[in-house]
This record gives sequence, C-alpha cells and structure tokens, in this order.
Amino acid sequence: MKKLISLGAISAIALVAAAPAMAQDVTITNARVVIGDGSEPIEGGTVVVSAGKVVYAGPASGAPAGGAGVDAKGAYVTPGIFATVTTLGLSDVGAVSETEDSRAAASPFSAALDAAAAINPVSQHILVHRAAGITRAATATVPTGSIFAGQGAIIDLDGDATPVTQARAFQMVDLGENGARLAGGSRPAAHMLLRASLREAQALAGKTGTPQTTEIVKDDEVLLSRFDAEALVPVVTGKQKLYVAAERASDIRAALALKAEFPALDLVLVGATEGWLVAGEIAAAKVPVIANGLNDLPETFEQLGATQSNAGRMLRAGVKVAINAATMQDPRRLPQVAGNLVALNRLPGAAGMSWGQAFAAISSVPAEISGMGGKAGVLKPGALGDVVIWSEDPLEAGAVPTQVFIGGIKQDLTNHQTRLRDRYRDLDESQRPEAYDW
Amino acid sequence: MFRDTKWRARAGALTTLASALALIAGATVADAKERGKKKGKDEEAAEAPAFAAMKAGEAVFPSTYKHFPNVATAITGATVYDGRGKRIENGVVFMSGGKIVAVGGPDTPIPADIAVFDGTGKFVTPGIIDIHSHLGDYPSPGVDAHSDGNEATSPTTPEVWAEHSVWPQDPGFSRALANGGITALQILPGSANLMGGRSVTLKNVPARTMQGMKFPGAPYSMKMACGENPKRVYGDRGRMPSTRMGNLAVNRETWLGAIDYANDPKAKRDLGKETLVGVLKGEILIQNHCYRADEMALVMDMAKEMGYKVTAFHHAVEAYKIADLLRENDVCSAIWADWYGFKMESYDGILENAAFLQREGACVVIHSDDANDIQRLNQEAAKAQAAGLRLGIEITDATVIGWITYNAAKAMGIGDMTGSLETGKMADVVLWNGDPLSVYSRPEKVWIDGALMFDALNPKTRPVSDFELGQPGEGDVK
Repeated sequence: MKKLISLGAISAIALVAAAPAMAQDVTITNARVVIGDGSEPIEGGTVVVSAGKVVYAGPASGAPAGGAGVDAKGAYVTPGIFATVTTLGLSDVGAVSETEDSRAAASPFSAALDAAAAINPVSQHILVHRAAGITRAATATVPTGSIFAGQGAIIDLDGDATPVTQARAFQMVDLGENGARLAGGSRPAAHMLLRASLREAQALAGKTGTPQTTEIVKDDEVLLSRFDAEALVPVVTGKQKLYVAAERASDIRAALALKAEFPALDLVLVGATEGWLVAGEIAAAKVPVIANGLNDLPETFEQLGATQSNAGRMLRAGVKVAINAATMQDPRRLPQVAGNLVALNRLPGAAGMSWGQAFAAISSVPAEISGMGGKAGVLKPGALGDVVIWSEDPLEAGAVPTQVFIGGIKQDLTNHQTRLRDRYRDLDESQRPEAYDW
Repeated sequence: MFRDTKWRARAGALTTLASALALIAGATVADAKERGKKKGKDEEAAEAPAFAAMKAGEAVFPSTYKHFPNVATAITGATVYDGRGKRIENGVVFMSGGKIVAVGGPDTPIPADIAVFDGTGKFVTPGIIDIHSHLGDYPSPGVDAHSDGNEATSPTTPEVWAEHSVWPQDPGFSRALANGGITALQILPGSANLMGGRSVTLKNVPARTMQGMKFPGAPYSMKMACGENPKRVYGDRGRMPSTRMGNLAVNRETWLGAIDYANDPKAKRDLGKETLVGVLKGEILIQNHCYRADEMALVMDMAKEMGYKVTAFHHAVEAYKIADLLRENDVCSAIWADWYGFKMESYDGILENAAFLQREGACVVIHSDDANDIQRLNQEAAKAQAAGLRLGIEITDATVIGWITYNAAKAMGIGDMTGSLETGKMADVVLWNGDPLSVYSRPEKVWIDGALMFDALNPKTRPVSDFELGQPGEGDVK
C-alpha cells in the first residue's frame, strides 16, 4: 500500500515540475546498454549525456567522469525509439474529424501540404507515446485527396514549444491500390500522374524539354497545382526523400524503375508486404524499406504473399529495413513487433532478426532513413541525448520505460491515461465522488 | 429417409395449425374430428398445406464437425497452466479419444504405448479462445464483395445469423491457429446495429462449410451494441436512433415487442423475435459492445427491466470505472490490453483496465476483434498483466492464461466443454516453445479434440485455404 501512495506522490511532483527544463548532465551506470546499431546489449555499461548530447555509451571501464548519477540497477538502457511513419501530433481522436489533421480529402492541395505547421506537441498521443519510450517520430499526413500525402516532418516528443526537428523531411506518394483509386481508378493513372508531376517539377527546376504548364486538371479538380509542383522540386532533384507506399512485388519493381527516368530520386519504400519476393532487386537498388512488421494476411490483392518473415528475408538479402509504425494499432507497439521478429528465429522455415537487429529496426535504422543517421536512435558520441531506461527487456510485451530523456532532458511521463489510472486505483466514494480525486 | 422424417415433422405442425384454425372459426374440436372421420385419406392429403418449415427450436444448420482421427498423446516435463488458475511444474497432460484423460505432476501415470512429447522447457495451455472475432464474416481479402459482417439496413436485426456470412476459406483462421494457438472462437455480427444478430461459435478447424466448423453444443449469443456506432450509422440517414437516448428507446421498444410475442401463443413465427425470446429464456447469451462505464450501467438496468442477463461487455475500455458494479452483476468484460483514443468513446482507455477488474474480483476476458491481434492474444494478456504489476497488483501467470482460455469459454457458454485442462473435457491443447506470456514464444503444436491440427516443425501441417492455392507464398510460413 505504501508503494502505491509513493507512486501517486511522484505523479503530483512531476506535474508541478512540468515547466520547461534545461538539459542536465547525467551518467547512467550499472546499465545493460543497447547502442541501437544492431549490436547486442553490453552488460554493466555506462551512458553519459552532457549538454543534451550523448558523450559516451559502453563498458563502465571506458566512461568519462560525468554529471548526476543514475543507477540503472541492471536495467536496459537504450536510445529512444524512433517511430516511422506516424501521424503523431496530427490528431486527437481518429474518428472525431475536427481533431484529425492527417487527412484532407477535400483540399485542392496535395504534395505541398506540410505536416510541420500542424503538430500539436502536447497531443495526448504524443504524451502517451513518450511514456512508451518513443522519443522521435516521422509524422506525415496520409494520401487522401491525391496520390501525394504531402511533406512529412521529423518531430521530438518532449512536449515543448518546438516539436519539429526537421520540417519537410520527406514527400510521400502512394503507388498501390489506394494510389490507383486516388488517381482516378488505376495504377497507370497513378503512374501517369506521378510522372507528369515530376516532369512539371523538373520544368520548374530549370530543366529543358519539359512541360510548360504547372496545372493538371481533371473535370473541375486540380490534380496538380503550381504549389504542389513547386513542392516536388526538391523531390525530383534528390534534395528531399520520396517515400513510395507499395505492397505488391510488381508495384515495388515499378517504383524502383522510376530511378531510370528520374535518376536523382532518393527513394524509400513504405509497406513492401511482398518485398521478400523482390528482395534482391531492392538491395541492388540500395533503396531502404520501412516494412510492415507482422502482416501475414492477404488483406488485399496487393498483399497475397504476406508473411511475418518478410522483414527478415529482406534483411538477409542486404536490404536496410525499419519497421513501419503505420500498420499497427499504435506506434507504441513497435517494440512488441520487433520482439515478435526475434521470436521468428526459433520457428523452422521462418526468417526473423537477432535481438540487436530488431532493436535497430525501431531505432537507428528508421533514424538513418529519416536523415538523422548518427543523430538519433543510437547511443553514440554526438547523438542527441534521447535515452530510455526500461522496466524489463524493452522488446517484451509488458515493457515500459521507467525514465525517458529527450535531448538530455528528463521527461515527465504523466498523461491522461496515468491520471485516470491514479484516480481509479480504488473505487472508494464513501467521502466524495471520484471527481474530487485528482 | 431424409424426406420421410421431414414429412412427419411437417404433418405434425399442420395438425396443430388445423386445430387452431378450427377454433378461431368458432367450430368445436368435436366438429372438426367429426368432419375428419368422413374424409378419405386422399382428401386429407389434398387439404393439408404442401409446404412447411421445420419447427422453431429444432436444430437447423446443424454442426457436422467430428473430431479428426487422433492418437493417444502425452506431453511430459512441461510447465502446465490449466486455464483455471493452476500451474503445474514438470507437468503431464495426457489426452486420448479426443478428451483430456489426466493432468498432473511428473508422477501422473501414462500408458506405455502412446505418443509422448518431451515438453522440457516448454509450456502447455488450454487452446486459446477468442470471444470476439469477425473472421469469415470480414475475411481476407477485405474487398467489398466480402463485407458480410454488418446488416446495416435496420438498427435492430436480431433475425440475422453470423454463421450465414462465414466464409470458411478465410486465410485468417489458419493464422489464428498457427500463430495464436486459437482452437475456438466466437464470430459476432458487427456493431452498426443495436441488435446485430446471432453469433456462432466455431472450432478453429479448416472445413469446406461453416457447419464443418460449428462448435457442437455451443449456445448462440446475440450481439448488441451501445454508443457511437448505431447512432452514427442511423442518425446519418436521418432515422432513429441518432442519439444515445434513441439507442435505449429503440432497444426497449424492441424488447417489449419480444415480450408480447413470447406471451402470445398464436403469434406467427418471427425470426428476430425468436432470437430475443431465446435471450429472455436464458438460452441465448448477450454479448454487448459497450465502451463507456455509464452506458454499461444503463444497459445492466435495461436488462433488469426486461428480464434478461448481459453475459459480457465487449470493448469495455471503461470497465475499470465500474468494476464493482460489473462484479455485483456477474458480467464479464471482454477487453483489449492497449487500444485507446481511436474514437471518442475509447478516449479513456488505460493499460490497467484488466488488472483493476481482476483486483475487484470481476471477470476478465482478453479479446481481439482483429485478424492480427487474434494471433497474439497471449501477448495482449501479458501487457495487461504487466500494467497491474507496476502498481503492485500481482496477478499470477496461471490466472492471466485464464483470461484467454477458461474465462472466454465460460462467457461463450462452452466452459463445461473446453477452456481448461480438466479430465473429460475436449483435448484442445497448445504446446508453446516457451513462456506463453513472453513475446519470444510461439505455439509449437496445437491439438483440437486431441487431433494434432498444427505443428510448427512440420510444414505440411500448415492449413492452406482454397484462396491461397497457386498464389505467392502458398504454404509459406506465415
């Protein structure tokens, strides 16, 4: 009972202390250190964070003297989870449309849409996911009015006034069944719209021999306005990544073929349920994949070959694979999905990941794909001080963080859910209704 | 033979009907008998209506499932969770003839000439049971032509039966078996309607027909739904219900109609009301989709008013707010571990829901409502358990396994047949390659009624649905 009371007291203090905090130097000792680069955990390790950056992570023997000490008591200490692709910060309640900024089917704009402008850093989804150990995320609007989703941002989850780590980090286009529907009803329509759009962008970028108009109109609908074409200039010139959502093996091939026509494209595949069928081609093209982790159902005709071994098989073929947060119930399930891929290694005929590889697929690899290689998702000198101390093996289903640091700042893990938990810890209304318990 | 039986049944019904009609016409029974005497046999046959259905209450669409050939089998040396809160170290599970014969410690006697699996380092649980699935009714691929789970054309459709939508070729059944250890599941109609129709409970065996999967002897349930879905679906069409008060009004009017029907011996057959009367008689259970605590409390009072019982609230994300009420009313909460915030009525979902219910002594069932999560109910249960432990609520592993086995079976009305490893019950058994509450464990073998229906070590025991034949990944490990 005492234990429960003290937990409540901690929550109350945390609330009071929720004002902006400064990065403090911290040294975490007696840790099972996970670097996040695919290597296995280091027992009895130390992590040192100073001025918001990682200074050291490794065996205790090599650690420099640091700031205030935290004894991890043997717990896992890892880089923060890097979630991609998400809509974190863009919605409060999915089915309450007025709170939902990830969809804009009625907007005349598409590629020009910029998620960064709409991020709400104190959205409960951000607070809940921070408490689940996610420290940074790629967040984007989703394709609803056009094959183009718009420009996604890289955000942190520290809840302060500046959530955007990098605005307009990537553009996303859907070249699967959904994209076909959005383009007017077929895959050729989607490919034509994409190619036409990229050629318009080339024209704006100063290339010759390309179209003169920057408006593509069907009936009364503008499929590509000047603003959308301008937004595609960094894509066609390779300055902004192009995420291509594709599931079917042939759709993946068609996406890879774009590079023959537009050589500067910096492609990333998203979904890639049938990626294992074309893994060699993806590896040869050096295109990374944000892969659906556990899809094993032919939910659509573009996913007939679905298997949980997809990510493992692509990895074996030499593909850089991150786990896609978009197809799970919530991004906070990323570690659980990674744990399931580890479990696959014990099933004959299945292809999974080692523990280190699986953790990298939700930390350093998505960070690299997001253009933050060496800066996030990894405990290496110079990286952002995004550090999580866990209750147990972070890939276990029941694991949660006990402490979360973002940019070296210790985070408050309170949110709507923890407050409900504290209120309904008992149902005693003998003195006052529950509404007075806060 | 079939025809003769049918004809006799019809003739019986007709005699009753003829008597009733005669009475209505003001004639006496004696008159009718007198007339009957004067008629020749041919004349009688000519007057009898030529068509009649089987009687209400007779078994229709009956199960044709028979357990598959099996050999007497024992698992030794495993950690055994019996589904009812008991854990046995170095345990033995012995099954024969499709039934559990013995469950016990290492000294449990087993015959010499049977198949024995060494379970050292492994775990045995009852077959996992999902109380809330739409497999078959919303199968893969999820194309419009397969969308058969919501008869969303009227807010009350108690006359529809989920079993008439089940597509047995849904590849989802095999994934649930191989990755989730699912041996039985309840297929429910969707939640567009206040009263969505009857559920069907299935054995998770591949079959050519729904009847080949239908769980012999399982009672029906009726699906009801609170809250946002019915009022949105019908409110958007400008018809009742468009509010939560409208939801309750339509429900109560419908129950009153069913009570009148039940009291009227002359009432013409009505499929919907037959289902509702089955509920009033306690023969059909109520599985009620309901998120919010205040709405669950209203529904429990409505049930008292009308004289029926709610067996389980499904998706009850706010059950923790009224755990005491649920315990007092003996209603189970079928819940997710971590779903929250996707709709307004799910906004207050918390990880501790199951733990708080368990602590109050209320019944917990972990459910999926999802073709993916049904493959990992063990992990969902583990998440809910861990959330409690962080607050000092210790719930044993053996109890937690009960959330996805015996408690589910009980709330589906099949708890006396399956859901636990007890002598005489169906041999629905999963051998896990590690602790089933760990993310790193998978079903290694799954027996249904003693027949080995999945073996992770043998690729030929992976069921492949008709739909998957000749497609990429046919027979692949999934």
